[in-house]
Amino acid sequence: MKEILGRISDKVFEKQAPETGWFTPFNIIAGIILIIGGILTIMRFTMGLETVTNLDNNNPWGIWIGFDLLCGVALAAGGYVTSATCYIFGLKRFHSAVRPAILTAFLGYALVVLALHYDVGRPWRLPYPVFYSQGTSSLLFEVGLCVFLYLSVLFIEYSPAALEWLGFKRARNMVVRLTLVLTIFGVVLSTLHQSSLGALFMIAPSKLHPLWYSAYLPVYFFISSMFAGMSMVIFEGSLAHKYLHHKMDQTHLDESEGVALGFSKAASFVMMGYMGIKILGLAIDNNWHYLATGWGLWYLVELIGFVLCPALLFAAAHREKNLKFARAAALWTVLGIVLNRLNISMVAFNYHLPADQRYFPSIMEIGTSVFIVTLGVVVYRFICTRMPILHEHPDYKAH
Amino acid sequence: MEFFSLQELYTYSKGITYLVMGAILVFMPLYWGFLTDREDD
Repeated sequence: MKEILGRISDKVFEKQAPETGWFTPFNIIAGIILIIGGILTIMRFTMGLETVTNLDNNNPWGIWIGFDLLCGVALAAGGYVTSATCYIFGLKRFHSAVRPAILTAFLGYALVVLALHYDVGRPWRLPYPVFYSQGTSSLLFEVGLCVFLYLSVLFIEYSPAALEWLGFKRARNMVVRLTLVLTIFGVVLSTLHQSSLGALFMIAPSKLHPLWYSAYLPVYFFISSMFAGMSMVIFEGSLAHKYLHHKMDQTHLDESEGVALGFSKAASFVMMGYMGIKILGLAIDNNWHYLATGWGLWYLVELIGFVLCPALLFAAAHREKNLKFARAAALWTVLGIVLNRLNISMVAFNYHLPADQRYFPSIMEIGTSVFIVTLGVVVYRFICTRMPILHEHPDYKAH
Repeated sequence: MEFFSLQELYTYSKGITYLVMGAILVFMPLYWGFLTDREDD
């Protein structure tokens, strides 16, 4: 045990000697955000929600649920999508994208759980829904259980990279054998909780505007999570290529274009299918007349501007083998997913309330969300610069 | 459009739905072909 802890602390505190010094612009800005986030955390937990948020009895869920939870879970879907592509569908040319995607998903879900603590409070009760009092007729229980299980799956899937870094060969080889089982379990769990987040709004039909409300919300959330994940893999791949190029080995550099263009094709097709099922939803509920209203215009901005257009850009990227188009379409799609989740949870939610009872996040809520995202980026960079995520460890065979 | 019974509403909305579904079933393979037709080049 002492030897294990010693090895871990040696590795964590190993001098990385940055060539440009510690006070880079990124570190300064991130540091300021983290300090402000710490202050906001203390304020929230000592002075309560009212001090920090604009939440009330009409709007108990705000940006911490709408952005941190809903967008966080949707954008972390790259983990199960990439893993399924490589290990279930057998497309080994996507292998180099698996570890970065799994790491993003692991950090994404971990931060979702952290963000949930701010909203729910009483963090010591985190194990209660799973181990003490299961609300089996509740969608939130199902979301909580699936997130708990999936976070565990992601941790185990990520652990080979950490074990290779720490030099625990036997443990690493044991965990690697579980890859296929974990991938299958991950896909099953993701199907459950991605759709259940949509079901949370399906069970509130009177509160959501008819254009966004549908009995098929669970299906919409699950299908959109697929292309959200693919877009995030392309987007974070482009950021890694720019800022962590020196950490990528030749295999990753060679495969990165193929991954981006391959996911462009898949995302384009799934997004077109998603457009189709959204139009079907309008037809089933006979909601065409709402399109001619102000809400209808906003709905069309979301559907045409942020689903159809990036889908066509992805198609052009794949046909023309244009990486710039793929990256632009990926960012556009990510923004579209954020817009969709915010529309459902905040904009079109409680749409019938008068203006003075509508919700807008406070600056401190926004600050907390920015803090959580920055924390994720900082930890991601810490792990990628030290552990074999963007390159293969020379002592181990790729799995 | 006014509907005087639930059956009229459902006949209309399900009819449009089936038409849209048929269009999607035709469109999606064509779109897949559009996406993949330059792959062998």
